Amino acid sequence: MFELSVPLRRRLAHGTSYVFLIVVGITMVAPLLWMLSTSLKSAQEDVLDPAQWLPAALNWSNYVEVWVEIDFARALLNSVLVTVAVTVGQVFTSSLAAFAFARLKFFGRDKIFLGYLATLMVPGAVTMIPVFILLRELHWINTYYALIIPAMFSAYGTFLLRQFFLSIPTELEEAAVLDGCSTFGIYRNVILPLSKPALSALAILTFMGSWRSFMWPLIVTHYQEMYTLPVALTAFQEMHTVQWTLLMAGSVIMILPMLVVFIVGQRFFIEGIRLGAVKG
Amino acid sequence: MPHHREVDTINRRSGIAFAFLTPNLLGFMVFTFLPVLAALGLSLYRWDLFHAPSFVGLRNFVELLGWYQEDGQIHANDPGFWKYLGNTLFLMMGIPVNMAAALFIALVLNQKIRGRVFFRTVFFLPTICTGVGVMLLWMWIYNPEFGLLNHLLSLVGVEGPSWLRSYAWAKPSIMIMGLWGAMGGTNMIIYLAGLQGIPPELYEAADIDGASSAAKFWYVTLPALTPTTFFIFITSVIGGFQGGFDAAYVMTRGGPDGATTTISYYIFEHAFQWFNMGYAATIAVVLFALVLLVTLVNWKFGGKRVQYV
Repeated sequence: MFELSVPLRRRLAHGTSYVFLIVVGITMVAPLLWMLSTSLKSAQEDVLDPAQWLPAALNWSNYVEVWVEIDFARALLNSVLVTVAVTVGQVFTSSLAAFAFARLKFFGRDKIFLGYLATLMVPGAVTMIPVFILLRELHWINTYYALIIPAMFSAYGTFLLRQFFLSIPTELEEAAVLDGCSTFGIYRNVILPLSKPALSALAILTFMGSWRSFMWPLIVTHYQEMYTLPVALTAFQEMHTVQWTLLMAGSVIMILPMLVVFIVGQRFFIEGIRLGAVKG
Repeated sequence: MPHHREVDTINRRSGIAFAFLTPNLLGFMVFTFLPVLAALGLSLYRWDLFHAPSFVGLRNFVELLGWYQEDGQIHANDPGFWKYLGNTLFLMMGIPVNMAAALFIALVLNQKIRGRVFFRTVFFLPTICTGVGVMLLWMWIYNPEFGLLNHLLSLVGVEGPSWLRSYAWAKPSIMIMGLWGAMGGTNMIIYLAGLQGIPPELYEAADIDGASSAAKFWYVTLPALTPTTFFIFITSVIGGFQGGFDAAYVMTRGGPDGATTTISYYIFEHAFQWFNMGYAATIAVVLFALVLLVTLVNWKFGGKRVQYV
């Protein structure tokens, strides 16, 4: 038997690692590339040879067609509107409440916070039915209110931000108080600027969740004009199940904003996952 | 007794605090806290939304969980529920596979190698894309006649099954999609953070003892990661009980023949397709109880099994 020298062994191990990483990487990316390739094929091409990775010609017309066929512009507008409103609303209300929980003293603070924590484990299916009934009574079904307002408040977001606010040293605030800064001033001028990473993390997580949210929009929208992208795509698929080129074009459009947000805010996104996982 | 001015200050402070809290607290009460109570109440009624609700006591629970005996055999009052609970548990068998894959990838990425950030980003892409778009993509991949998967299988001389349309393969199809979507994602990132939190002294000590790589993994890495593993497992199980709706609705409509119907899809059917609001709330309450049970087990045994470094 012969012993491999240490550097050689290490290089071999690294080589094996790279082979593994590349194989996994291809597995992760290949389906997505296939989606992109299908979205650019002609309608005849897509059923001929599935493994033909490059379309004969780039059929950008699929994107135009999907845009027209399912009132895509409206669905996109709805999705953008709802996602932006939910994200802004959630970051705003969560940061205000998290500030109160982390920095202010008031009657019943810890009990109320415990109530927030307790609801973190309540399945969405439990609250979904009563909230639907409430919105129906308010005649909010098929309105933006139904898509936006119930999603604007988050116990999880409050929890996440409170944890972060608690980690900020209080000296700065004490100095601000001496300078005659109001409580709102402390929130606005001390805490928020210092919490950009956590606020960005929450904003990105909320954006992703809202953008891909499917069950709730499906339940509260019954007219095509109010559909968000995921619901519109699903409805389209039910009607034209064989037009894979169009479906893939629609899917690419749906996925693109999430990819952009991820690539731009990757650092905060990963930070958000870590913040969320510390609760243990 | 405090001076009046002091009391005033305290009241004023509380007032300010509640001004900060109110928007969120109001939303929390209206859309989370009170609905939980309402769901509990609703489970005691029969209601189709269009007629007046009628109080039925615990009859919904008997209908859902009860059984009767006929010809010496035990029959469930609602066999569907047990079948869909079984489906949900079946899909949850993907959790350990998923965790093992996530840990393995994290271990490889935790080495000092070039391109770590690049690979991490690539592995995260499926998680980012998760949603209806990816489900449509996988329907296309699984398409028996023209899909990519069966085409690739045919190249090696295997005739693939009809995947989502086959009773036997529908659940595994969804699990494979889930594995692809999650193994390089959130759990991998959490494992990576866990690995980076292990004190290097532990490995140095193991090196002095002449431990092999395998021994270091079993006796240092894995025990040190127990809290992480436990956290991921519990959150996955809680998520698993509630999961499966999107895939069932978009890809299979819960079929074929109920093969992919999960508890959450069953709740949706009762509430929003058959308008059995009370019965749907009953299933939701039982789901809540299951999740609560897992959480209690977590509290009770989590602390003892977990090894803190």
